[in-house]
Amino acid sequence: RVNPDIASERQTASFCVETLTAVLDGGAERTRRRRAVVEAIECDPVFSRENQYFQSQNERYEAAVRKAVHLQKKMHEMGWTEDGPEYKYIYRALAGDVAFLLHRIFMRSISMLGSDKQIAKWIPLATQYQLIGSYAQTELGHGTYLQGLETTAVFDITTQEFILNTPKISAMKWWPGDMGRSATHTVAFAQLYIHGQCYGVHPFIVQIRSLRDHSLCPGVTAGDIGPKMSFEHTDNGYLLLQNVRVPRENMLNKFCEVQPDGTYVRRGSQQINYFTMTAVRISLISDEVIIPLMKACTIAVRYSVVRRQSKLKPGEEEAKILDYQTQQEKLLPQLAAAYAFHFISDYLQELFDKGYREIQRKNFDTLPELHAFSSGFKAMVTQYCTSAVEICLRACGGHGYSLLSGLPSLYTKILASCIYEGENTILLLQTARFLTKCFTAARAGQPVPPSVAYLAAVKPGTCPAKSKLDFLSPDVYTEAYQHTAVRLISSTAAKLQDLIQSGVQKHDAWNQCTVQLAQAAKAHCHYITVKNFAETVEKLETKAGIQKIMKHLCDLFALHGIFSNAGVFLHDGYISGAQMDMVTASYLDLLAIIRKDAVPLVDAFDLTDKSLNSALGSYDGQVYQRLYEWAQKSPTNTQMSPAYERYLKPLLHNSLSKL
Amino acid sequence: AAEMAVNADLRKERAAATFQPELLTHILDGGAERTRRRKEIEALVINDPDFQHEDLNFLSRSQRYEQAIRKSSLMVMKLREYGIADPDEIYWFKSFVHRGRPEPLDLHLGMFLPTLLTQATPEQQDRFFMPAWNLEIIGTYAQTEMGHGTHIRGLETTATYDPATQEFILNSPTVTSIKWWPGGLGKTSNHAIVLAQLYTQGQCKGLHAFIVPIRQMGTHEPLPGITVGDIGPKFGYDEMDNGYLKMDNFRIPRENMLMKYAQVEPDGTYVKPLSDKLTYGTMVFIRALIVGDSAHSLSRACTIAIRYSAVRHQSELKPGEPEPQILDYQTQQYKLFPLLATAYAFHFVGAYMKGTYRRISGDISEGDLSELPELHALTAGLKAFTSWTANAGIEECRMACGGHGYSRCSGIPDIYVTFTPSCTYEGENTVMMLQTARFLVKSYTQVNSGQQVTGMVSYLNDLCRQRIQPQHVAARTATVRINDPASLVEAYKARAARLVEAAAKNLQAELDHRRSKEDAWNRTSVDLVRASEAHCHYVVVKLFTAKLSEISNAAVRAVLTELCLLYALYGISKNTGDFLQAGILTDAQVTQVNQRVKELLAIIRPNAVALVDSFDFNDVTLGSVLGRYDGNIYENMFEWAKKSPLNKTEVHESFHKHLKPMQAKL
Repeated sequence: RVNPDIASERQTASFCVETLTAVLDGGAERTRRRRAVVEAIECDPVFSRENQYFQSQNERYEAAVRKAVHLQKKMHEMGWTEDGPEYKYIYRALAGDVAFLLHRIFMRSISMLGSDKQIAKWIPLATQYQLIGSYAQTELGHGTYLQGLETTAVFDITTQEFILNTPKISAMKWWPGDMGRSATHTVAFAQLYIHGQCYGVHPFIVQIRSLRDHSLCPGVTAGDIGPKMSFEHTDNGYLLLQNVRVPRENMLNKFCEVQPDGTYVRRGSQQINYFTMTAVRISLISDEVIIPLMKACTIAVRYSVVRRQSKLKPGEEEAKILDYQTQQEKLLPQLAAAYAFHFISDYLQELFDKGYREIQRKNFDTLPELHAFSSGFKAMVTQYCTSAVEICLRACGGHGYSLLSGLPSLYTKILASCIYEGENTILLLQTARFLTKCFTAARAGQPVPPSVAYLAAVKPGTCPAKSKLDFLSPDVYTEAYQHTAVRLISSTAAKLQDLIQSGVQKHDAWNQCTVQLAQAAKAHCHYITVKNFAETVEKLETKAGIQKIMKHLCDLFALHGIFSNAGVFLHDGYISGAQMDMVTASYLDLLAIIRKDAVPLVDAFDLTDKSLNSALGSYDGQVYQRLYEWAQKSPTNTQMSPAYERYLKPLLHNSLSKL
Repeated sequence: AAEMAVNADLRKERAAATFQPELLTHILDGGAERTRRRKEIEALVINDPDFQHEDLNFLSRSQRYEQAIRKSSLMVMKLREYGIADPDEIYWFKSFVHRGRPEPLDLHLGMFLPTLLTQATPEQQDRFFMPAWNLEIIGTYAQTEMGHGTHIRGLETTATYDPATQEFILNSPTVTSIKWWPGGLGKTSNHAIVLAQLYTQGQCKGLHAFIVPIRQMGTHEPLPGITVGDIGPKFGYDEMDNGYLKMDNFRIPRENMLMKYAQVEPDGTYVKPLSDKLTYGTMVFIRALIVGDSAHSLSRACTIAIRYSAVRHQSELKPGEPEPQILDYQTQQYKLFPLLATAYAFHFVGAYMKGTYRRISGDISEGDLSELPELHALTAGLKAFTSWTANAGIEECRMACGGHGYSRCSGIPDIYVTFTPSCTYEGENTVMMLQTARFLVKSYTQVNSGQQVTGMVSYLNDLCRQRIQPQHVAARTATVRINDPASLVEAYKARAARLVEAAAKNLQAELDHRRSKEDAWNRTSVDLVRASEAHCHYVVVKLFTAKLSEISNAAVRAVLTELCLLYALYGISKNTGDFLQAGILTDAQVTQVNQRVKELLAIIRPNAVALVDSFDFNDVTLGSVLGRYDGNIYENMFEWAKKSPLNKTEVHESFHKHLKPMQAKL
């Protein structure tokens, strides 16, 4: 029984939804496989999330542990493996609402940083869940700036042990997931000291809880860091170490080793460490950021064709709120962004795979580019998508504020991505450092990576567009983005140079330019995203209306960016005032065009009702009925509250009139 | 616990301030005497053991509701015991008791009682007011339905008059007509003022208000024909039992319709009210409160983020030197100081709106309603403008606190989830912006037809003059002086005028295409919202600038002038497109503006902590470990975390239930 208001939207689709879904999945075969995994997970009641909005932090944690344990059984039954193609789909189907995610990071860090001997010892134990691992890097006092960590590991030559300590309160490990309650072991990062000399931050395997009764080990204080904005299911923890001794063999020593006599040996390149961060940043873009945005768009767009409010024409029935231009202007650019970022994520993955093959051949040349790309895009995409989800939330008015809409949980979860795996401002500045370096090299005629070769070209000129239709040409807007990126990078580089030449110290000059540097890095990423979207559209099949609708979305994404950052494009007169009016006109025209396909475009994301877990966003559009029935299941309605007997009754029974 | 010494960084910051924070506090409060009284009331609440409780972050929703009800009942008794009756003082008392959070009696005190006072007949007041005053009757205000919010004409609940029994029959005819969201409805209230479409003698007479008993006095059970409950968990508002209400042929006596204005006579004859402008007054007042709340919530978030940024040290600015305070990074200043300036700007706007309301409500009681429509239209936009800005600003503050901002102990998540619904309630923001736009377009049309307009829109009169002297626009660019607030007000004025004109022209162009009025309006609405935003932005800059001349202390005036400049220039740098496109500023001037913004960041930096100290939030009210006055964050984060529910036992029960059996099996 599909709500006719949503059914009618599907009848007029200009393209084949199933074909677009296959494009997004990377082929119909993958779509089939994904659906099979999702189906297997969702039909299992242990994985149900229906009650999660009603649960306390304790209940959420317990459910997550239960699911994690059950998942092991399920994977065994289904023949899925942790490194198989299904894992990605499993994770998505669970919406990340499962414990022991840090256990995987624990294993990965041992695999990457441990010697063969260490791998042989720890990985089987971890695979068998004979121990549960965590990854303890962040401290109360230090996050993204790793060199500042304060935990110490002092080598004791007499016993051949490291003595780990938390010398002060700000050195306490803080935030690591699975550590508050679950983990028995952790990889703890600490400043290594040998004979009183500090060798910098190194990873150590530390046991923190008894394998027998789960009680804390001697010298260890650990617990949960308390309620957060989201991640109620995760026991983010604190860890305080007092003279905790671990054997010399527990320092992960693929790249550096402390020998029995205290000699410190470094081998191989440490650059590979950057590679792990790069991998994590790229993978989080699709799993933690784009999927939540797709969910938010699905919920908000479907709700906006079911919700009717006020009248557009006198005498007619109330209009669907998606028919209001202002509502389209809120939602459709976010929908376009979800597609734009889906394609940029594919692009980054390709770039990464190529880089990985090079690295396996011991060629590290692509690392700086990969690192700069992963940092910049992680920052730009997480920031963009976080505000996009928030726009979707607010576009659903009052009902968006109910947890049952699903939107608040999507928002509170996605916004953490702006901070973890590197705080966004710092990441943008890392990208900016790479860009200014490349800019200087390019202008000096030296070779630069192909993705930034555009910096070499000096094209002053102005935008050639003569009518609003010209702005629907990818060449025209891509060029405008390129021009703006070059201008921002070159003017910032010039200012930096000027300051240094005028005698300002290098680091001061850098700090004085950081606002502009961050803006330049964003402009670069925005340009690459637009360019990649346009190129992707070019390559899409023309049949089934796919290319046409994607072209509209690409245009919308690009023009929305110009419209919302008009000043940057007007600044040097590249785009004139009259042209900016054309941009606006084209942009607003596109809203009305894409409006017609809005529901099919979110349907193509192929998100099940269970994965959306939303009263507003279900496929059948039965919004109000579902909201009403679900609310009645709230514990506030099914359980007695003592508030009436204790407080309300005396209040209502006249206690006040005695005053 | 023993008092800890104030963190050295904060001591240093406070010693370096160029002005006395108390003087600024007095300005914000509206005088030294009011500051004294506010602190007196604050102390009354904070030192009262009855109002102490565990940190709410560790309680379940049900427990939080229970705490709120407990405190609310005590609050009502104590207010009367202390003889606190002034509305501002009641408001302070309430915010201190509930620490800025909503509470289940909000609708009873803020809507039910006032509505009785303004819309009930003397007979109805006799029946309902004293029992409600004494809380034998607890009421709520049930307007919003599942299917309709801001567009209240679309409400579907019906009240059909039955002359045979002289009763109204109330019905919720569809799922969408179920009342949804009213605070205090879910569990607390036994009465509701219900808004319903009145049907009498076969005709619909539009929305009217009815007093409806919903729960049995004595047992508190729902009455037959009434289905009522809680709407479930929300983003925030855990203390509030927002509820639903479904009525099936529920009958109330004729005398329960609020009949001070409109009336239904015993035979069913409908008597129309005299004026519908009267309700505007209340709406203006509530919007003034929301503007004030935007300022207040943003100030709290700024206080937390700025104090934390003065205490947190990270990375290196100069090689070899100790880690700097993160407040020394330009990017951090750029995130926080414009918000600090915004918080001050909104304080002054809120105070202005309240003052205007007081002035005009004097006129209203004398029967002069002429200023109301303009004020009503313009405050709609300011409500939207300030709440959107504050909403985003609070999130920026949280982000600026990195990972720790994400912990509930920072207090910012709570400020955000409590504040964000104000973008929706009392009028959805986009709809509010369009209301203001309607007024702006109307004024523009008046000017075009040769009439003069007055008040905040009088700048539109200039548009006419410019058309006579076309060189005027070009001449203006040279005249903007970026260090002079008054000159910046002119720049904002020119931007607003240009965007109003552009929107009005686009609207006309759509009409010329023979589109219907509604269709043309809809196709122009993005432009119209932009015009409203520009207008509101101008009003804020203007009011902030006007405030400067009222400040007698030179040191305070100097620092507020810097903030005012930062507010105005940052606004330009974020909207350079508008200023460039209109030819108000040149490329070179925009570059200067961007540069000047960064210089101002460095100028404001030494006063940043003193500027948030001036907001004068007590630690209890602030509710943040990161924002503590003494700056001892890390120790207190640890103390706080130890109280987390997951830490109640050393080994969590899920170990025995799930982990251990799994390890045994694998």
